[in-house]
This record gives sequence, structure tokens and C-alpha cells, in this order.
Amino acid sequence: MESSTSSSGSALGAVDPQLQHFIEVETQKQRFQQLVHQMTELCWEKCMDKPGPKLDSRAEACFVNCVERFIDTSQFILNRLEQTQKSKPVFSESLSD
Amino acid sequence: MDSGFGSDFGGTGGGKLDPGAIMEQVKVQIAVANAQELLQRMTDKCFRKCIGKPGGSLDNSEQKCIAMCMDRYMDAWNTVSRAYNSRLQRERANM
Repeated sequence: MESSTSSSGSALGAVDPQLQHFIEVETQKQRFQQLVHQMTELCWEKCMDKPGPKLDSRAEACFVNCVERFIDTSQFILNRLEQTQKSKPVFSESLSD
Repeated sequence: MDSGFGSDFGGTGGGKLDPGAIMEQVKVQIAVANAQELLQRMTDKCFRKCIGKPGGSLDNSEQKCIAMCMDRYMDAWNTVSRAYNSRLQRERANM
């Protein structure tokens, strides 16, 4: 008798290591894509005035800077939160449970 | 007992799991989901950019604006994707 296979990723991975690797790779790709979607939407608001016949170099530079600064911002926020947590815990109750 | 996947997902007549077929179907589904997400966001952005007071139909200038907006949104998506990929590679190199 064969055991039934659940639909969870780890169970699929137990069936076939190739499948496990595939799931890990696709999950990583999806995270990348999701962030591209999110940043495109955000940076569009900051960088695109009136859509013209071409993406001019000023707008393109703005998009690149926007991506870089978005990542810098998220890193800054994480670092500062870490520092704050060390000296004066803010989320200790919710995070430690 | 046949696997629950047997008859309708990557299965052969014998009800065995076929990893290759599963992987192919998952890739297609992910690609469709990504395209749908892009379309949804692009529609929202271009509607906001190009439509003032909605009229009885899309007039010529609105259609032209939407067409240009779509092309520019695709350009923006590609630029952001390249910039993010480039950033990730730099971060990896510095680890």
C-alpha cells in the first residue's frame, strides 16, 4: 500500500530531492519577482511624470536610484530596530513568544 | 492505494508521481500568476495616469496615453529588475 502524499512542500521534497530543490529555487524566484513588482509600483509613483514615447535617461536613473534607496532604507530600518531592541526592547513580548 | 496526485496532477495511468510534469505545471502557473500581477498593477497605474473624468468611451488621446503608459511600465519593470539583480549580486560579492 502506498502512503498518500500531502501537498506540502516538505512532503513533496521527501518524495524526490529534485522536486525539493525545484521548490526552493522557484520560491526564491517568486520572492525576487514579488519585490520587483512592489518596487516598480512604488518607484513608478516617484519617477514617472507623464509617460512619453521613451523611458528617458533621467527617469531611468531615477528608477535605479529608487531601487537602491529602497533597499538601503529597509536595511537601515532593520539595523536600527536591532540596535533599539538591544538597549530598549519594544517588541519583546510579541517577538519572544 | 493511489497517490492523491495520480489522476490529475503530473500523473500517468499508473498513478505514480511524475516530478518532471509537476515541475513544468508549477512553472506555468507561476508565470501566469506573475503576468496577472503585472497586468493588474499596470492597469491600475495607467488608469490613474491617463483617465481624468471618465467619459462615455475611451477617447483617442486616452488610448494613446494608455498605450505609452503600458510600454513605459514594462520599461520600468525591466529597469527595476536589472537594478535589483545587480544590487543582490553586489551584496553577495561583499559577503
